[in-house]
Amino acid sequence: MSRLLAVLLALAAALFTVSLIVGPAAIGPLASLQALFAAGDTPLSLVMQEIRLPRAILATLVGASLGLSGAALQGYLRNPLAEPGLLGISGSAALGAVIAIQTGLAATFPLGLPLSALTGAFAGVLLITLLAGRRGGTLSLILAGIAISALASAMVSLALNLSPNPFATSEIVFWMMGSLADRSMQHVWLALPFVMVGAALLLTLGRPLDAITLGEDAAETLGMRLARVRWQLIVGSALVVGASTAVAGTIGFVGLVVPHLLRPWVGAMPGRLLGASALGGAVMVLAADILVRRVLPEADLKLGVITALIGAPLFLHLIYQTRQELA
Amino acid sequence: MVSVAIAVPLWLHRPGGALAGLLLVLVALNNAAFAGEPSAPQRVVSMNLCTDQLAMLVAGEGQLASVSALSRDPISSAIADQAQAYPVNHGRAEEIHLLDPDLVIAGRFSAGATVAMLKRLGIPVAVFEPATSLDDVRRNLLRMGELLGRTERARELVEAFDRRVAMLSGEPLDPPEAALYFPNGYTRGEDTLVGDIVRAAGFNNIASGLGVAGGGHLPLEQLVVAEPELVITGSRNRGYSRSQAIMQHPVLDEVARFGARRGLVNREWVCGTPRVLAAIERIGALRGELVGSR
Repeated sequence: MSRLLAVLLALAAALFTVSLIVGPAAIGPLASLQALFAAGDTPLSLVMQEIRLPRAILATLVGASLGLSGAALQGYLRNPLAEPGLLGISGSAALGAVIAIQTGLAATFPLGLPLSALTGAFAGVLLITLLAGRRGGTLSLILAGIAISALASAMVSLALNLSPNPFATSEIVFWMMGSLADRSMQHVWLALPFVMVGAALLLTLGRPLDAITLGEDAAETLGMRLARVRWQLIVGSALVVGASTAVAGTIGFVGLVVPHLLRPWVGAMPGRLLGASALGGAVMVLAADILVRRVLPEADLKLGVITALIGAPLFLHLIYQTRQELA
Repeated sequence: MVSVAIAVPLWLHRPGGALAGLLLVLVALNNAAFAGEPSAPQRVVSMNLCTDQLAMLVAGEGQLASVSALSRDPISSAIADQAQAYPVNHGRAEEIHLLDPDLVIAGRFSAGATVAMLKRLGIPVAVFEPATSLDDVRRNLLRMGELLGRTERARELVEAFDRRVAMLSGEPLDPPEAALYFPNGYTRGEDTLVGDIVRAAGFNNIASGLGVAGGGHLPLEQLVVAEPELVITGSRNRGYSRSQAIMQHPVLDEVARFGARRGLVNREWVCGTPRVLAAIERIGALRGELVGSR
C-alpha cells in the first residue's frame, strides 16, 4: 500500500518536472530548471516562473481534486460509475464560474469566481446525492448525472451566447473540455486554499467509506454518523471540484479512470483508495497536459479531449460489465 | 458608366467633337453623382460590416438601401453614427430578398448558405475579400466604385488615402520590435491588414521572426522569449470573456520594456477602409513616444 503511494508520488514528481521542461519556447531542460530558480527578470525565468510553474502546479491540483472526489463519490455511492464529470458536478461548477465571469462578479471581487463555481458544484453534488441517494441504483445515478450535465452545459451555452462579448461564444469549448494554457500564479492562489480544505475533508472520510461498503445500516451500527459523512462528502467534493473547474474548465473522466485503475492495488478498500486516487489523478492530468503540448502544439488541444479518449472506452467497458444490473 | 466609356471614343474621332465629348462625360458624371447612372444599381444591400463601410463611403444619395446591423455597433464600426440613417439587415436571406435589392454586397466570410440562396433567387451578389494589406484597401475601394457606378468618387477616396499613407509612413532607421497580441493569444503577421498598419507605422513585428505571416496562435512563452519592446493589443469589447482575460496575465507587464498597450482601436483596423489611417497614426504616435524614451 505505502509502496503504491511511493510509486505514484515518484511518478507525479517526474511528470511535474517533465511538465516544466515541455513548452512552445525551445529551452533546454537544464537551462529551464536553472531559470526556474534564478532571480531576476530574464525572459527565461519569466517563462519558467510565471507560465510553466503555475501550469504544472494547477495540473497537479486539478488532477488530485478530480481523482480524490471521484474515489470518494464512488465509495459513498458504492458505484464504480460515479465521477464528478459524468454526474454533472463539474458541469454545474462550470455554470457557476461562467455566471461569475459574465456578470462581472469575477472582475470586481477576486474570490467571486471560485466561490460561484463552488456554489454551482455544491448544487450539483446535492442534487445527485438527493436523486441517487440512499439506495439509488446505477441507472438512476447515471440518468440523474446525464440530466444535470445536459442542463448545466445548456445553461453555460446560453449564458455565453447572451454575452455582448464576441469571444464569449467560442469559450463554450473551454468550459466543456478544460484547458490549462496560459494560467498564472493568480489562478493557483485562487484555487489552492479551496482545494486544500476540500481535500482535508475528503481524505478524512477513509474509515466511514470503508464501513459503508458493509451497507449503510452496518455503518451506522459501527458508529458512523452517516448524515455527517454525507455533508462532509458534499462540501468536500464541491470545494475541490468547484475550485478546479473555476480555473481549468470541465475535465471529464479523470475521477472515473483513476480510481478504477487503482482499486485492485488497494485491496478494494475505498478508504485507502482516496490518497492513491488523488496522486493518480495528478499523474493523469499532468500526463494529459504534457500530451496536449507535445502532440498538437499549435492546435491548443483541450485537456478533456485526451482524458475522454482514455476515459470514454473505459466508461463503456464499465457499462458493459454492469449491464446485468442496468437491464 | 459603361455606355459612356464606349461612346466617348466614337465622339472624339469626329473633328471638333472633342469638346462635345468632354461635355457629355461631365454631364454623365454629374448625373451619376446625383441620380446614379441608369446602369448603376439603385437598391444596394450590404450584409457585411466592412462592405457596409466601403459602400457608405462610395455610394450616391439613396443608392444604399440597407447595411448590416453590426455597422451600428460603435465598437466594431467606424461609422456607427452614419449607419443610423440606413435600415439594417441581419444577413438573413429572407429579409434581404424582401428588400428587393438589385445588388447585394457580401464579405467573403458572410454566411455561405445565405449568399448561395440569394444567387438562386436571381439576385446579383458581389463578394468582397477581406483586406489583408493597405493595397487591398485601394483595390476594394475602386471595385466598390465600379460596382456602384461611382468610379470617380472611389478614385478621389483612393487618392486622398494614398496622400495620407505617404505622409504617415516613413522608413524609420531603427524600428522597435512590437508584438501584436489579441484575445485568445492570437497574433497577426505581415500578410494581414493590421500587420501592414503596424509596419507602415514603423514597427518590426515579432511575428515575422516566428514564422507567422497570417494570423496564428502565439504561445505566451514564445512572446516572452522574443522580448518585444512593446505589446500592442486591441480595444476591450463589452462584457466579459476568458479570451480577453489573457491580457491580464502578469507576465505581460514584465516582458516588454514598455509594457502592454491598448494601442489599437478595433473599429479602426478590423476593416480595410480609409479609417485605417487613424490606426497608423495612433501606432505611429506610440512609436514616437517609445523611441523618444529609449
